[in-house]
Amino acid sequence: MKADPHGVLTGTHFIDGDHACCEGALAAGARFAAGYPITPSTEIVERFAARVPTVGGTFIQMEDELAASIALQGGVWGGAKAFTVTSGPGFSLMMEHIGYAAMTETPCVFVDVQRGGPSTGLPTLPAQADMMQARWGSHGDYQIIALCPNSPQECFDLTIRAFNFAEEFRVPVMFMMDEVVGHMTEKVVIPPADQIEVTPRKHTRKSVEDYLPYGTNGDQVPEMAHAGEGYKFHVTGLTHDERGYPNMTPAVQDKLVRRLQSKIQNATERICLVEEDQLDDAEIVVISYGITSRVAQRAIDAARSRGLRVGKLRLITAWPFPEKIIAELAAHIKAFVVPELNLGQMVHEVERAAHGKAKTYAVSHAGGGVHNPDEILNAIVEASRC
Amino acid sequence: MLNILDNKLDDTLNPVEPFLRSDRMPHIWCPGCGIGTAVNSFARALIESKIDLESLALVSGIGCTGRVAGYVKLDSFHTTHGRAIPFATGLKLANPKLNVVVYSGDGDLSAIGGNHLIHAARRNIDLKVICVNNLIYAMTGGQTAPTTPGHAITSTNPYGTFEPAFNLPHLVEAAGAVYVARWTTFHVRQLARSISEAFSKKGFSFIEVISPCPTLYQRRNKMGDGLDTMKYYKEKSRIRHGAPTGEVGLTLNGDIVVGKFVDRDRPDYQTMMRAQYVESLGERYIEVPEQESETECVCG
Repeated sequence: MKADPHGVLTGTHFIDGDHACCEGALAAGARFAAGYPITPSTEIVERFAARVPTVGGTFIQMEDELAASIALQGGVWGGAKAFTVTSGPGFSLMMEHIGYAAMTETPCVFVDVQRGGPSTGLPTLPAQADMMQARWGSHGDYQIIALCPNSPQECFDLTIRAFNFAEEFRVPVMFMMDEVVGHMTEKVVIPPADQIEVTPRKHTRKSVEDYLPYGTNGDQVPEMAHAGEGYKFHVTGLTHDERGYPNMTPAVQDKLVRRLQSKIQNATERICLVEEDQLDDAEIVVISYGITSRVAQRAIDAARSRGLRVGKLRLITAWPFPEKIIAELAAHIKAFVVPELNLGQMVHEVERAAHGKAKTYAVSHAGGGVHNPDEILNAIVEASRC
Repeated sequence: MLNILDNKLDDTLNPVEPFLRSDRMPHIWCPGCGIGTAVNSFARALIESKIDLESLALVSGIGCTGRVAGYVKLDSFHTTHGRAIPFATGLKLANPKLNVVVYSGDGDLSAIGGNHLIHAARRNIDLKVICVNNLIYAMTGGQTAPTTPGHAITSTNPYGTFEPAFNLPHLVEAAGAVYVARWTTFHVRQLARSISEAFSKKGFSFIEVISPCPTLYQRRNKMGDGLDTMKYYKEKSRIRHGAPTGEVGLTLNGDIVVGKFVDRDRPDYQTMMRAQYVESLGERYIEVPEQESETECVCG
């Protein structure tokens, strides 16, 4: 369906990534957010707090991130599209509720504007060190989707995509920004509402008698009902059967947890968004995401001008990991160069996907700034000599 | 008096049966536990207050009382430990038409969820909170709770507790609740009436239900079984409506002051929010519309 025009600020804007993310959420139909202030993410909910009363929605500032990350799920079951926004320390506090959203199949978006860590770390400076936490931070086996924008324009476009994935798969989507992307100001074009596709909630049309809250029809994603519609359904974080009733048997656990995995795994190719450039003749492929992809571009251009056959693979979707694409590349290139603003996270996934067929060079950075493009260039040069 | 018979229910059924998921019985609660009794009073309050059950949602946290959500035939949410109130807050804000009840235990609401309890009372968000207080962490085997009275034996204070306990009515009154009552599971009719009364209030209502845990609390403290506890509640309860909540703290073997302690009016969160937006935004303010999910449906 098309976006509700009330939420869409059509036009050409000069805004930062945080503000663009907020506009993306509004365009996607988000009408509820619960937040707790934390740098460098707060501008997103500040803008939402100003905008949402004029489009028929609610913002509430909760007492902490534990509250924010579950209040938003109450909002979803009340019928709203909802999200929360945070950065490292708050993201850590939200982990239990990412698991709850995964287990209860509550469609929602968690925005993490990454800053340096661990702990309080570098509140106003960038990092990309929450990438593994986004995937594995809550206990138990589950799947999430994680997207990584590299510009304010993408903060708008991909926030809509994040909400659409959340609704389609009934899964929590991690929107992994970083401080630089959040605070950089660029041109952002917001199209007319009738050019924005939004995925509506997968709401059931079944009668009360026929509705099974966690029954599936082959596509592995159950239909949803909202509170107050007469379905009298039950939602629990306990292992549950198709009725939503707690069931503590290994057989029900196996069926449920495998479905939570496979509903995402089976759609990996469609969920995995990447940007590819100059891969046809490439011997070296630089894999990057978020702000680092823009620094890497400079290094790739410099390497090409020196005659090195370098290509670009930008991960727009970080999770599920696009391992098939990387495995295929690994079969006919020499090496991957993986710069990221952490001491080695996604590079391990690249290494695993390459499966020894191509070498992997990490270009690590502890955060607090971006790479010097020369560091990446040096790694490309080194890789090309291998 | 309760007007159960006026509701023309099937007289072959227990009058509360339509409110329960009978396909989930038997429940997990121990013999002599008071949670089932409290649920019975809740169901009778629903009958008495003639609440529209389709607009009623119940939210629980984790623990023995947290299991209430799984047994009531309502839209029901069994959330994470301590977070029933913030979940309920989101639910209420997204769909203001809903009547939202939080039904959970003392450990869930006042320890791990204590921050949410006081902030929800401060905001005066329109939630009915029913707190079954068995003075202990029961689900996990009888550990000390913030409500455990001094000198009581628990599995984590095997020589007797010594830290001061929360007086929950006092706490929530100070934080801003508009309705505060306490009953024991001996006072089933008074409890049902209080729950019913809370439904007529707009704002943060808190009803504490003192309840036995014969398996852990009563046994370890040599207080007998469930029946002995009912006798204790009968003998030691003192009905004092309007009692200053600062004077209603519980002790190990002492009197239990019960009654309606607070019944006052102040604007609830959504009323204040609306007023503020109307004042500041005028016609630019758009209310949260009623949910219209059916028309947006994509699935068959």
